[in-house]
Amino acid sequence: MAAIDTLDRPRLVPARMRPDDVLRVGAVGLRTRPLRAFLSALGIAIGIAAMISVVGISSSSGAELDRQLSSLGTNLLTVTSGQTLLGEPAKMPVEAEAMIERIDPVEAVSAVGQIEAAKVYRSENIPKAQTSGIFTYAARPDLLPTVGATLRSGTWLNEATQNFPAVVLGAGAAQRLGVSTAGPDSQVVVGGIRFTVVGILDPVPLAVELDSAAMVGWPAAEARLDFDGYPTTLYTRSDEAQLEAVRSVLAGTANPEAANEVDVSRPSDALAAKQATSQAFAGLLLGVGGVALLVGGVGVANTMVISVLERRPEIGLRRSLGATRGQIRTQFLAESLLLSALGGIGGILLGTGVTTAYAFSLGYPAVIPAWATIGGLLATLAIGAVAGLYPAIRASRLSPTEALSTR
Amino acid sequence: MTPPVIELSDVTKSYPGGVKALASVSLRIERGELTAIVGPSGSGKSTMLNIIGTLDRPSSGSVRIDGYDVSELSDSRLSALRGTRIGFIFQSFHLAAKVPALDNVAEGLLYSGLSRGERRRRAAVALERVGLGHRLDHDPHELSGGERQRVAIARAVAGDPPLLLADEPTGALDSVSGAGVMELLRDLNTSGTTIVIITHDREIAAGLPRQVRMRDGRIVSDSVTDVTEVATRRNAEFGVA
Repeated sequence: MAAIDTLDRPRLVPARMRPDDVLRVGAVGLRTRPLRAFLSALGIAIGIAAMISVVGISSSSGAELDRQLSSLGTNLLTVTSGQTLLGEPAKMPVEAEAMIERIDPVEAVSAVGQIEAAKVYRSENIPKAQTSGIFTYAARPDLLPTVGATLRSGTWLNEATQNFPAVVLGAGAAQRLGVSTAGPDSQVVVGGIRFTVVGILDPVPLAVELDSAAMVGWPAAEARLDFDGYPTTLYTRSDEAQLEAVRSVLAGTANPEAANEVDVSRPSDALAAKQATSQAFAGLLLGVGGVALLVGGVGVANTMVISVLERRPEIGLRRSLGATRGQIRTQFLAESLLLSALGGIGGILLGTGVTTAYAFSLGYPAVIPAWATIGGLLATLAIGAVAGLYPAIRASRLSPTEALSTR
Repeated sequence: MTPPVIELSDVTKSYPGGVKALASVSLRIERGELTAIVGPSGSGKSTMLNIIGTLDRPSSGSVRIDGYDVSELSDSRLSALRGTRIGFIFQSFHLAAKVPALDNVAEGLLYSGLSRGERRRRAAVALERVGLGHRLDHDPHELSGGERQRVAIARAVAGDPPLLLADEPTGALDSVSGAGVMELLRDLNTSGTTIVIITHDREIAAGLPRQVRMRDGRIVSDSVTDVTEVATRRNAEFGVA
């Protein structure tokens, strides 16, 4: 009998499972309990969808801003009269426009001059105190192309109408005054005189001050509204490549005697800063989405722990059929990964849908960065692995006899 | 020279708390035998089955299955031993619900390394062998108790293991389907498979060629009945001349 030894027998080597068998056996739990699988995958899906839509919406508004900036141009610089050292409103010289035009890279200059005294009312019957916060400006005819504004209704001031009591209203001003269309029948009172509304502007992203403005022709302002002829804001378009150079000489050129009394700004910077602020907020929301994802992961872990408890007889049977501990571990790990991958894919679809719907409703381009999609999927797989690891190890450590005797 | 299929020598199994489920049991079962291990509940027969089936290791003593010393094998090699050498049949069948008979049987070959197509082909052959060739697509809940146990037997024999271990295979069945299952096990034995049946039913044990009686963790008797005599008696019972 001693001659017969284990060493003389063929070596026992457990066969490796094929990848498709691993997937199929991992899907057993999902197939037999579809509702539970759906609900725990839903937890993951909500987390991923929240994160994808936060990133997607923020990227879409970013893409919209880029589109806006490229159509509006980032080469607009504005020069505003500031304050004197004594804190009084400063005045730019009347020649400022002409002097700036002589700077070589400057392609276009336009100006508005605020008329403090001229208040705007819907009619003569409105009490004087109710000014609606609308400012009156004398505007050059070339203002419109320089700031990139567009007309919603009517026409802009031209060489003829700038001499007459004609006014163009900004989008906000028109709304506050209750004027919806331009035409001979629409009249408002500016500085006590009836002006015909010849045009209404769309909102102007690079010159938001014009949204609440009533603009009249320069000559008309001087003739009828006691305008002093001093420009208060200059708008310049320059060669993009030399923008910084222009910016550095702009103040001194506009007001050589007191360069400190003018403010130079680049309105597109303000738009980009606004975007940066909303991105910081998106970062916060992303964190909230991350917490949702984590909660989803806890749901998957919970499902897996219960699944292992309930399926002890199955584990015992598989061990009796020749499954190694590693193969049992792999089965439950695969189940957990499948569960979270399903949730992840569902979440990506859901998040993409939300982003597309949001972008579509605002007319933005829908943009979902590839890193967000790939990152989301990797995050779910990592969560699935972590959530499934402990239950899978517990399943594999179960002794076959104990597992089989469970009823 | 082929080694005995089962060789236990001085096997003891004790549990924490001092309970001795098996006390110095020695047993040798040769290839081709059909053996009943019979005893009341608590006699240690289930522990014996677990140890023979390598689902559990003894506290002391040596266990050789198909020539392999179980104590020398790692857990994964033991798994391979179970997968290739031993087929299990349980009282409660352990079939997966809502899964057709064919796939339930094919699951028995999942850890064999065969492709899915080959597993299903062999499963169909095994089902044919147990007389369920016409029930391949039926779910367990569409089958009678006897048919379910036949599916479980098909799963156990699909990989052609030299040893079949049956734990109360007729315990959950009525007498007619129970007799059918026993008949099937005898047929499988005739075609060469070594079979060990655990039962508390003396009548079933009496119909088998060898009976190992257990009580309190010890073997109290090990008798071989004249098989021809058994066959004669059985034929008489069923009214066959």
